[in-house]
Amino acid sequence: MPRNIVILGGGTGGTLTANRLRKHFKPSDAVISVVDKNRYHIYQPGLLFVPFGLAYADDLIRPRERQFKKGIDFYESEVDHVDIEGRKVFLDDGRALAYDALIIATGARIVPEETEGLTGDGWMEKMFTFYDAPGATALARAYNEFEGGRIVVNVADMPIKCPVAPLEFCFLTDWYFQEKGIRDKVEITYVTPLDNAFTKPRAASALAGLLDEKGVKLVTEFNTGEVDGPGGRLISYDEREVPFDLAVVIPVHSGAEFVGRSEGLGDALDFVETDKHTLQSKASPAIFAIGDAANLPASKAGSVSHFEGEILVENVIRFLADKELDASFDGHANCFIETGFSKALLIDFNYNQEPVEGHYPTKVGMPLLKESRLNHLGKLMFQWFYWHSLLPGRDIPGINPDMPTSGKHLN
Amino acid sequence: MTTTTFADRQVELTDDGFFADPSQWSEDLVPALAAADGIDELTDDHWTVIRFMRKEYLENGTGPNVRAHGKTSGYTEKQLYKLFPKGPAKVAARLAGISKPRGCI
Ligand SMILES: Cc1cc2nc3c(=O)[nH]c(=O)nc-3n(C[C@H](O)[C@H](O)[C@H](O)COP(=O)(O)OP(=O)(O)OC[C@H]3O[C@@H](n4cnc5c(N)ncnc54)[C@H](O)[C@@H]3O)c2cc1C
Repeated sequence: MPRNIVILGGGTGGTLTANRLRKHFKPSDAVISVVDKNRYHIYQPGLLFVPFGLAYADDLIRPRERQFKKGIDFYESEVDHVDIEGRKVFLDDGRALAYDALIIATGARIVPEETEGLTGDGWMEKMFTFYDAPGATALARAYNEFEGGRIVVNVADMPIKCPVAPLEFCFLTDWYFQEKGIRDKVEITYVTPLDNAFTKPRAASALAGLLDEKGVKLVTEFNTGEVDGPGGRLISYDEREVPFDLAVVIPVHSGAEFVGRSEGLGDALDFVETDKHTLQSKASPAIFAIGDAANLPASKAGSVSHFEGEILVENVIRFLADKELDASFDGHANCFIETGFSKALLIDFNYNQEPVEGHYPTKVGMPLLKESRLNHLGKLMFQWFYWHSLLPGRDIPGINPDMPTSGKHLN
Repeated sequence: MTTTTFADRQVELTDDGFFADPSQWSEDLVPALAAADGIDELTDDHWTVIRFMRKEYLENGTGPNVRAHGKTSGYTEKQLYKLFPKGPAKVAARLAGISKPRGCI
């Protein structure tokens, strides 16, 4: 009898997991099913470039099913809930899928309506987000027409996907209005709930330095309680205010709603409670989580899903064979940070090691925590790589899930 | 790391004022800790939140951030800020004698 492996979510993590599992299991050994609520796969890192006219949302989208290898069943539906005891997933359309192993890869979603006023008067007119395709496209129009004034870039609260993207957005905003020749008429302020530009000390000071160099003001420890569109103000819970003419807000994020509807599966924000080394859910040994859906203390980034993939697949195989799991995921993340003017920075870190200077993956490699053109090319190449290597689930020679230390300046 | 005295007891604090060793904490220290953070009157609501933080920490190894807190503690984020105007996550964590809430990354 073939085993049933069900994967919820066919984005970055779900697709690469499905493809890796399909390579491992013969069709007679496993039926692999993927459920996703919509039929298009979007390359989310590309959204960063849309507001600046450097990419178009349509070019970032491909049919979801075509990213799967042959022999993977695709169900287009919302998930209603998981019956953990009964090992069954109930879909919105009434169907139920029984599983021997379940992988949750439904990512994180933005919840702008949770912040008072954000989706009220002025939403998509003077308050925008670039975290989805309609928002990024509307913002491109607004930037194109912008003639000067105060722009604020605000992270409403953590956690968010790709925590460096708002900083990249600030750097590119500086570049964009310099190119337009009106930088002197534009004031840019980065407003964050963190106590510095980023969480990890060495990267935070490097990034705060870059903001300063580019004339971007920094407001820290600001927990956005309300956005007043007509009055043009961000208001924090402790009653501080930041005025704006145009606000780019990264809304608060939650996990998928069905996680909340599945008793015992998720935390307060509907992220799946997951063991940070094995990727097994705490609710049941038959459930695993990958990517943004998991509540790990790691970045919510595509690179993390990629590094998790190899270990997750190994563990699903071991679980189905009644073997002990491999507890080796180290929280490895690797992010390019676009800084404008065709340059970028690279950071590489894990649960224990903060980003530091040096080179990646070895002493001869891309410079870490330092602006370079090579890193910018790396960032652009990543898109090709995403569709042709990462999603198909190929291993990349020289790039391993474990974070390398040989090129890093560790003291 | 500094050693400070609260209610005649010596405790180790990290540089940003959190307990270096959460086992050094007990409830009788809370009034003194609160005073040091500018809270003169401890209401039942303060106590409920402080005990909630402590419990979350013992179960999960970190205090919740304000938003998660607002969803599980029975207090809205606004009410939490009324109780701890300088920031519920940090101040309540200091009063509950737990380490600094892990910044999300
Ligand atoms: C603006 C932006 C820039 C970014 N830049 C970078 C970057 O430079 N580098 C990087 O590494 N990462 C970046 N990321 C993050 C990266 O895109 C994500 O971390 C990654 O896609 C996570 O993969 P995932 O599989 O966990 O979730 P996703 O790829 O988001 O997939 C989740 C899938 O689940 C489906 N789904 C959700 N809920 C349900 C439901 N209830 N029922 C059925 N299906 C459901 C969704 O339709 C989706 O297809 C960026 C993200 C954004 C928004």
